[in-house]
Amino acid sequence: MRSKYLIIGNSAGGIGAAEAIREVDKSGSLTIVSDEPYPAYSRPLISKYLTGERTLEGMLFRPAEFYSQNNIVSLLGKKVEGLGLESHTAELDGGERIVWEKLLLAPGGMPIVPRIKGIGERGVFTFTNLDDAKAIDGFLDNASKALVIGGGLIGISVTEALVKRGIEVTIVEMKETILNTILDEQASLMAEEALRQAGVSIVTCHTVAEISGGGVVRGVTLDDGRGIPCDLVVVAIGVAPRIELALGAGIKVNRGIVVDRYMATNHPDVYSCGDAAEAYDFVYGVNRLTPIWPNAYVGGRIAGLNMAGIKAEYPGGTAMNSLNYFGLDIVAAGMAAPPDEDGCEVLSRQNNGIYQKVVLRDDLVMGMVFVRDIERSGMIFSLMKDRVNVGSFKQALLADDFGLVSLPRELWQERLETSPSRLVPQPAMPAEAVEDFAGE
Amino acid sequence: MKKVYVREEVCIGCGLCQVYCHTEHSRSKDIIKAFKREIPRLLPRIRVERRGEVCFAVQCRHCAEPWCVYSCLTGAMRKDPASGRVIVAAESCIACWTCLMACPYGALTRDTANRIVAKCDLCPGQAMPVCVANCPNEALVLSEVEAK
Repeated sequence: MRSKYLIIGNSAGGIGAAEAIREVDKSGSLTIVSDEPYPAYSRPLISKYLTGERTLEGMLFRPAEFYSQNNIVSLLGKKVEGLGLESHTAELDGGERIVWEKLLLAPGGMPIVPRIKGIGERGVFTFTNLDDAKAIDGFLDNASKALVIGGGLIGISVTEALVKRGIEVTIVEMKETILNTILDEQASLMAEEALRQAGVSIVTCHTVAEISGGGVVRGVTLDDGRGIPCDLVVVAIGVAPRIELALGAGIKVNRGIVVDRYMATNHPDVYSCGDAAEAYDFVYGVNRLTPIWPNAYVGGRIAGLNMAGIKAEYPGGTAMNSLNYFGLDIVAAGMAAPPDEDGCEVLSRQNNGIYQKVVLRDDLVMGMVFVRDIERSGMIFSLMKDRVNVGSFKQALLADDFGLVSLPRELWQERLETSPSRLVPQPAMPAEAVEDFAGE
Repeated sequence: MKKVYVREEVCIGCGLCQVYCHTEHSRSKDIIKAFKREIPRLLPRIRVERRGEVCFAVQCRHCAEPWCVYSCLTGAMRKDPASGRVIVAAESCIACWTCLMACPYGALTRDTANRIVAKCDLCPGQAMPVCVANCPNEALVLSEVEAK
């Protein structure tokens, strides 16, 4: 079959691209292929599937009629086996061949599974897609204790779901604090406290050396020889970009598929986005992996616009996460913990369980962490994203009354689009309802 | 689309917009009940900022490029293609607050009691958003967006 646009991947990036393409080109044939058999669903909601709070219907990222309404052919549960760049083709596992004009690689990531003894035992799971959640769900009836390897987002997410299911959870984290790639030490410690209060055991600075069983998981042994009995193990040490298709086709790959500011790979008709892509990070000023949902969607959107012939530049993305585990709201973005404190200025404040921090370098916002009081984080994030020099008002960034009004006049006027000459009140109310105090 | 703009030069920061917004988005639509008796409280979707004599109200800008929509993890936040309004589907919102971090205006509020993000909906069913209709100084105006 022929398809003007072929999108590999049916999650945030693929849908972002499809929606952008349809804004521009209503009729060009558009096909989405995914090896998952489900219509686009929200991956972050798999924890709510595991707790029973959501069914697949309640997890759908777009309405069920999305594909038909947008004239999209969806090939779900199909795997792309190989790409031909010269021939502009994709080979599917059923032997089908698709001829495309523009291709998007949005295949996401694959959970990293360490090669330790016992990893093949029944009761060892990963937790990145709906099938993982289903598999764990089907295993819980006879389980009371779980061990989660890795204290990152996925590890904490599955931990919360398991705790809600009445499972006793131990997290084993290799580094000194959980969530260490996302948060700074202080926020990590606050998150740990929230987990411990919910009854979660946390072991840091250790790894799992082996999983013991004999068919089914019975426990693990840590690197110091300590044994921890458990009925299931969730491996959550990280996700690696799925780059095999790109590599096989000779597309430029570093840690992820390398894209330019238009989300194009080194092949002009092939684009990439999402967890598989290495795209521009505006904090670091270089291409990096930033495997988070919003960046996948925005990257996909930019790719889609360009694929449909509208030149659009990716503004860049950076790590940004909003966490709400065990009742604790945390927002963090950019360099929450700058790798090199030299040259960085850290503003922070802490009281009554509230913690706020902004990292500056040369008066540009490089990172932020907000715990509990997160309402103003969006304004700070946008200053970071727009690379605004905050030198003249940085004392206000963490003040209680920080707002747009704290910015220089030109900045808030621009943001609120309030050039006074342009705005004329429109009388649309019945006259008797208006009491005129304006005196103009 | 039409949306609400502020004329800072005549805004005195009285906060009436917030009072009327709160009341409009309450269950009773009664000013006293909305403030004193409704539990869980529904929140105003407009914020008044004041610094010295400079003051203005801020609410959702219903952006042409809505970062909150792009960032939404569940598809709850969307831009209605017909009206241009950015709206949130209550049943899909998981109160993850990713949109809060994505909004450059701080225009989104955590409604923690109802586990949903609270935002300006331009008062559907009203001829004029109540913040505009009740501003004593015509400091809030409903106006057409400049063509991009």
